[in-house]
Amino acid sequence: MTALRERAIVSLRSAPSLPRHVRIQYDPVRLAFAVLSPEKVFWPNEISLDILRRCDGQSTVECIIADLAADYDADPQDVADDVVAFLQEWSNKLLVKL
Amino acid sequence: MSAPLLPPIGMLAELTHRCPLQCPYCSNPLELLKANRELDTQTWLDLFSQAADLGVLQVHLSGGEPTLRRDLEQLIAELSALGVYTNLITAGVGVAEGRIEAFAEAGLDHLQLSFQGARAVTTDRIGNHRGSHEKKLETAHRARAAGLPLTINAPVHRHNIEEVQEFIDLALSLGAERLEIANVQYAGWALANRDLLMPDRAAVDRQADIVAAAQEQLAGIMNIDFVTPDYFAIYPKPCMGGWARDAFMVAPDGTVLPCHAAHTIASLRFERFGDRSLAEIWADSPAFNAFRGTEWMREPCRSCERREVDWGGCRCQALAIVGDAAATDPACIKSAAHSRMATLVDETQHSNTAGDDAFMYRRITNPVPAD
Repeated sequence: MTALRERAIVSLRSAPSLPRHVRIQYDPVRLAFAVLSPEKVFWPNEISLDILRRCDGQSTVECIIADLAADYDADPQDVADDVVAFLQEWSNKLLVKL
Repeated sequence: MSAPLLPPIGMLAELTHRCPLQCPYCSNPLELLKANRELDTQTWLDLFSQAADLGVLQVHLSGGEPTLRRDLEQLIAELSALGVYTNLITAGVGVAEGRIEAFAEAGLDHLQLSFQGARAVTTDRIGNHRGSHEKKLETAHRARAAGLPLTINAPVHRHNIEEVQEFIDLALSLGAERLEIANVQYAGWALANRDLLMPDRAAVDRQADIVAAAQEQLAGIMNIDFVTPDYFAIYPKPCMGGWARDAFMVAPDGTVLPCHAAHTIASLRFERFGDRSLAEIWADSPAFNAFRGTEWMREPCRSCERREVDWGGCRCQALAIVGDAAATDPACIKSAAHSRMATLVDETQHSNTAGDDAFMYRRITNPVPAD
């Protein structure tokens, strides 16, 4: 029987990273950042891109939230909800590793 | 064409038609090209460079069996240097020791491995290659050991549709990030073998339930992409994301086509890389412009709210079933020919009592059957 892997759940202590099959790349033809994955190309908006860029495997979700709240001069709780939801969604699609 | 021409995102490079397997649903044309018709290394490298300049972000290296090209490492390395995402689509049979590791070192981003069955007996029978299942398992293990992300691709038809749960378990056990449960598209070899391959509706429904449950259960663990069966559908698929809209393919001899099966549309003439640049072919080729966008559409597509969702569906399927490449894909419930799909399914269930050894296996030397 297969040792079943478990679904990862975002916590403030997670240190998200991009898995090997996902990368962010600037596209000089379309003048935009693309996220490349096995069958799909995503064109994240600026906020999504700011989250993904901070997924370096070192920064915790807590740090990422604080950092973004400072950058956007926004309420950390609002930022936290958005960041956690975004990371969980991308993790569910295996585009982010938690 | 009123909409602006966008640059292509993806390219499928069929490096060769040679293959150790003989799957009776192969997406290659019935008239397969021999090795002496294949582009040489330098021409592929030139083509890749033009593709990257044109805006291509992903190249799927396919065949036939692409690992039969001895220059594959070099092709991957060049694409990697160009910043292009590389996906190797392999049958994983007869890949020499050390090569998977060499592909990874050359910068391969992802490997997609086909399994004809979840059980060895099925894989070996469908590909008509004894021992192929074991070799595929070994290729999967080597890919994982080399750190390569892995997709398992399972083309589904009557002879393996009851193995769908086993395909899911197999992909999980191999550590795959992704599984494609891909119902066979009936063009080319699959069309020639349709009577022997078409599943019945009850099996299709069971399959859809199993896949839907697994997709939910395995969210965040393994992605499962489901390529639905057109003959049982209500709406067509946006074939290739729309004709000549954001992807194209290149045949082993450098012929540039909007999709695998486009050569079946005899009224179109396709151009070869080398005779013209890739940019010229993408923008100006009459074959690419024939069904691009929505201007070519007739009713019911023309005024349909889904016209930019499915782009009229598959032109080759319209030709194969309706006899007109500009007709609405008969997979669509709005097509006047939609009921033909169910009739064809019924016919396949009753017309054939022969065993699967009646398959017209894919072979380069196979005579092209009269239509």
